[in-house]
Amino acid sequence: MSNLTVRFGSTTAVNGASFEANAGEITVLLGPNGAGKTTTLECLEGYQTPTAGSVRVCGLDPCRDRSALNERVGIMLQAGGVYTTIRPLEALELFAAYYRHPRPPEELLSFVGLAHRASVPWRNLSGGEQQRLSLALSLVGRPDVVFLDEPSAGVDLTGKELIRGLIGRLRAEGVTVLFTTHDLADLDQLADRIIILDEGIIVADGSPDELLSSASSDSFRFRAQEGLPLAALSEALGVEVVEASPGHYLVGSPPSPGLVARLTSWLAQHEILVGEIQAGRQRLESVFALLTSHAESPEESTASHSSRGTATRGASERANKRAAGRRSQGRGRGRG
Amino acid sequence: MSNSLQEHNHDRGPSTAPVQPRPKRWHHALLAQTRAELRMTLRNPEQLLVSVFIPLGILVFFSTVPVFETETRHAIDSVAPSVLALAVMSSALVSLGIGTGFERYYGVLKRLGTTPLGRPRWILAKLLTVVAIEFLQWLLIIPAALALGWNPAWGWGTAILAALLATLAFGGIGLLLAGTLPGMLNLAVCNALYLVLMLIGGVIIRLSVMPAPLAAFARVLPTAPLTEIMQGAFRPADISLTSWLVLGTWALLAPVAAAVTFRWE
Repeated sequence: MSNLTVRFGSTTAVNGASFEANAGEITVLLGPNGAGKTTTLECLEGYQTPTAGSVRVCGLDPCRDRSALNERVGIMLQAGGVYTTIRPLEALELFAAYYRHPRPPEELLSFVGLAHRASVPWRNLSGGEQQRLSLALSLVGRPDVVFLDEPSAGVDLTGKELIRGLIGRLRAEGVTVLFTTHDLADLDQLADRIIILDEGIIVADGSPDELLSSASSDSFRFRAQEGLPLAALSEALGVEVVEASPGHYLVGSPPSPGLVARLTSWLAQHEILVGEIQAGRQRLESVFALLTSHAESPEESTASHSSRGTATRGASERANKRAAGRRSQGRGRGRG
Repeated sequence: MSNSLQEHNHDRGPSTAPVQPRPKRWHHALLAQTRAELRMTLRNPEQLLVSVFIPLGILVFFSTVPVFETETRHAIDSVAPSVLALAVMSSALVSLGIGTGFERYYGVLKRLGTTPLGRPRWILAKLLTVVAIEFLQWLLIIPAALALGWNPAWGWGTAILAALLATLAFGGIGLLLAGTLPGMLNLAVCNALYLVLMLIGGVIIRLSVMPAPLAAFARVLPTAPLTEIMQGAFRPADISLTSWLVLGTWALLAPVAAAVTFRWE
């Protein structure tokens, strides 16, 4: 995919994004809501025509060569996409009739843990069961490439584990998987490659290890009470500070002795107890929060015009343009 | 279970092999799709209400209760052909239109667009389903009408031809609405249109008792010509060429309009 741009009227959903997903790998498109994940995916699926740039799947154009790709690509939409009165086994049998080499429907059904729900109409299934059936439907035709739009959204914990296990198994079979998520827990042991999208721009692209180590060398974390005045703190330190999850803060600069001293003295002045200060390898959620830090509360973005946020490309220019906002809600808080 | 996904991968052949020019089992998917559509339609209570109970109810009610005086003939002789026409309209316009509208609304059509089913087989399955439902409707209506004393002339060929043309006409209108209007609006418009066409289409109230401008308007819509042909087929009476022309034009233009305007999402 090179230089993909999609505009809807005056809105630019995807702005010059380029990447190539490797065959047989799991690539994750990560980003906050409205980052352009679904639009990117829909270009790959042939639902959207790019305004500019080009998209290829298995070397084919998803719009022009759709009929050739339909046998080779499995798709799971973000929601719906299934007859509301159809029963899971019926749905799988129906889809099996479309493909030349379908997987056996009963087998797929138990594979996604729905064997006991085989004859419950779709609309009576729980959200998680619907997602699992959708996933199963995307696999009926033994695809080479699978596109999943937020496969674990609205699924309970057990269901999420099941879906992650399934995706992992696809990799073992050599299937290329590209999926979107904003749940960082989905990345655990699953992602070979993470592409972070924000406002239609790719702000980071690499393996989980690469993302973690590149970001860790020039930032550090500390713990303190929730809801510190980030704008004031950032200004005092001259460095961008974000609240990655409640009570967990990320400072976007290397932990030099001077900076750490300034931080502790600021905290002391304000009579704030500091939990721990930690440099080195950090958690993905911190990287994610930093890279997409403007998203939640732009009204707080007054500070840190001089900040150097991250080492990953694109992000530092953006951090200069838009200052850090507070990200208090804990996306991916469940991650250990 | 755990190994089965891999096991079945062996018969798949190299993934880089070019796609075969012609799917092996073209009709296989068509039949599976038709079967599924038929099953889902028959399972849906609202669809059964529109397709079966409303036509049967009208048949029984208007042939036994003398709401409108019929001069020389038994009421059933004019009600039965009208109800056969109504059955076609309820399946091709209402059931198809509402069903397809919701499939579009719930993203089913979007999803099907990326399977190898393809539009030709999808539309053909829809058509076969409607025709099958109509067949079942007539299978219920005709014995009921005969039991109520209907004494039709042999005009089945004419009736079936008119029913097929009407299926195209109403199916086209149903898909036109389903493919352009949002889900709930489509539901409302399909039902409203059904009611209006039933009232001014000569199904229950004859055109001859309507104000002339209204009757003239009704004659260019597809329902009135269909009822006129159905009435004429079983009476035996002359059927005006205009009726065939109007119905034929709708049968041609409505599907074309649907095909041009249909949006899959």
